[in-house]
Amino acid sequence: MSDFTTWDILRNLLLAARWTVLLSLVSFIGGSLVGMALLFARIGKSRGGRGFVRAYVEIFQGTPLLMQLFLTFFGLGLFGIDVPAWLAAGLALILWSAAFLTEIWRGCVESVAKGQWEASSSLGMGYLQQMRWVILPQALRVAVPPTVGFSVQVVKGTALTSIIGFVELSKAGTMVTNATFEPFTVYGFVALIYFCLCWPLSKSSQILERKLNVAHRNH
Amino acid sequence: MNYAFDFGWLFDYWPVLVKGILITVELTLVGGILGVSLGIACAWARALGPRWLGAIVATYVELIRNTPFLIQLFFIFFGLPALGVRMGELEAANLAMVINLGAYGCEIIRAGIQATPRGQFEAGASLGMSRIQTFWYVVLVPALQRIWPALSSQIVIVMLGSAAVSQIAAEDLTFAANFIQSRSFRAFESYFVATLIYLALAIGLRQLLRGLGWTIFPRRAAR
Repeated sequence: MSDFTTWDILRNLLLAARWTVLLSLVSFIGGSLVGMALLFARIGKSRGGRGFVRAYVEIFQGTPLLMQLFLTFFGLGLFGIDVPAWLAAGLALILWSAAFLTEIWRGCVESVAKGQWEASSSLGMGYLQQMRWVILPQALRVAVPPTVGFSVQVVKGTALTSIIGFVELSKAGTMVTNATFEPFTVYGFVALIYFCLCWPLSKSSQILERKLNVAHRNH
Repeated sequence: MNYAFDFGWLFDYWPVLVKGILITVELTLVGGILGVSLGIACAWARALGPRWLGAIVATYVELIRNTPFLIQLFFIFFGLPALGVRMGELEAANLAMVINLGAYGCEIIRAGIQATPRGQFEAGASLGMSRIQTFWYVVLVPALQRIWPALSSQIVIVMLGSAAVSQIAAEDLTFAANFIQSRSFRAFESYFVATLIYLALAIGLRQLLRGLGWTIFPRRAAR
């Protein structure tokens, strides 16, 4: 058996943490795009679209992320696709993030006063124009802090992908533990690295909330 | 896709599922009650307690909120024995859930407490209430009422997060699904059924907490 120094442990974990970062980025960006599409359906005029998004959010917020990962992993397999873990992990996390982001943003859009819709429509603006020039710019202000806050949930969510075999920080932690038999040190480091990834995001979410709220409070 | 779905295994394995559901419910119940209690204590410490205690609690809250539940679980179950703290998988799962909900609950409840106007403390004192009475009746109960919806969703999130405890071999619903798929080779179907059960549990828990809110806080709700 090879001897692991503390530095070896940390180095291996940091190498694996790159995959956590990459998966988080992919999930967050993908989730934002899907979530944006869902948002338009959710606040749009089509009844079917609204109902679909409502059901979508209910299902994804009402079931464990772990189950969603399993179902994506084994569900894609049913189509005869040989599913690599990263694909199932990315897809499940994108769909999961989309559900939460849609719900966050819907609250933000609804927080824009109703008179704004009426005023802009009385100026003869169409739906897309209203969204582009009146509603979204105001909603965005409110949306930034909780969206940044949710990115922390995404980073933490990636830990579960270790269970379907994607080798990221958590999986690397388990592997290094199995080689070194030092779970206290290894999981301590793993937690520390997650903390270093998440804490700046949490903190900036808080700071943004305080900053952006100043303008919001006045109306 | 030429795959024939087969739910025939349900007939053989339903006792495993029922046992899994019971354990998930037990974990949620214990985690929920103790977690909210811990959250209340921590919120008190942060909002009104001595400064040194508030600082300790703040560190705890930040640590828990910025690390994944799975790692907290692994740290407690695999890491703590190195310090001589040994526990079974169910105790570890329960402990992890309490610690997790305690941290989130602290932040939620603290937000409710801070929304209480300062003058209400003085009003409580001028009515001859003790500090504990003031905290309980004037600060805590209205605060809980204010943040009850947020706290309820957090409890549901913790229940759903408990799926991860299967990874330390606590025999919850996810563990049951893993077990069944390893026996029947019907992976998709067993996870599908487990997912539906989780969905039902989440919807049921949400309704239960809403009902509980109406029972605990009837006065304001009537207004």
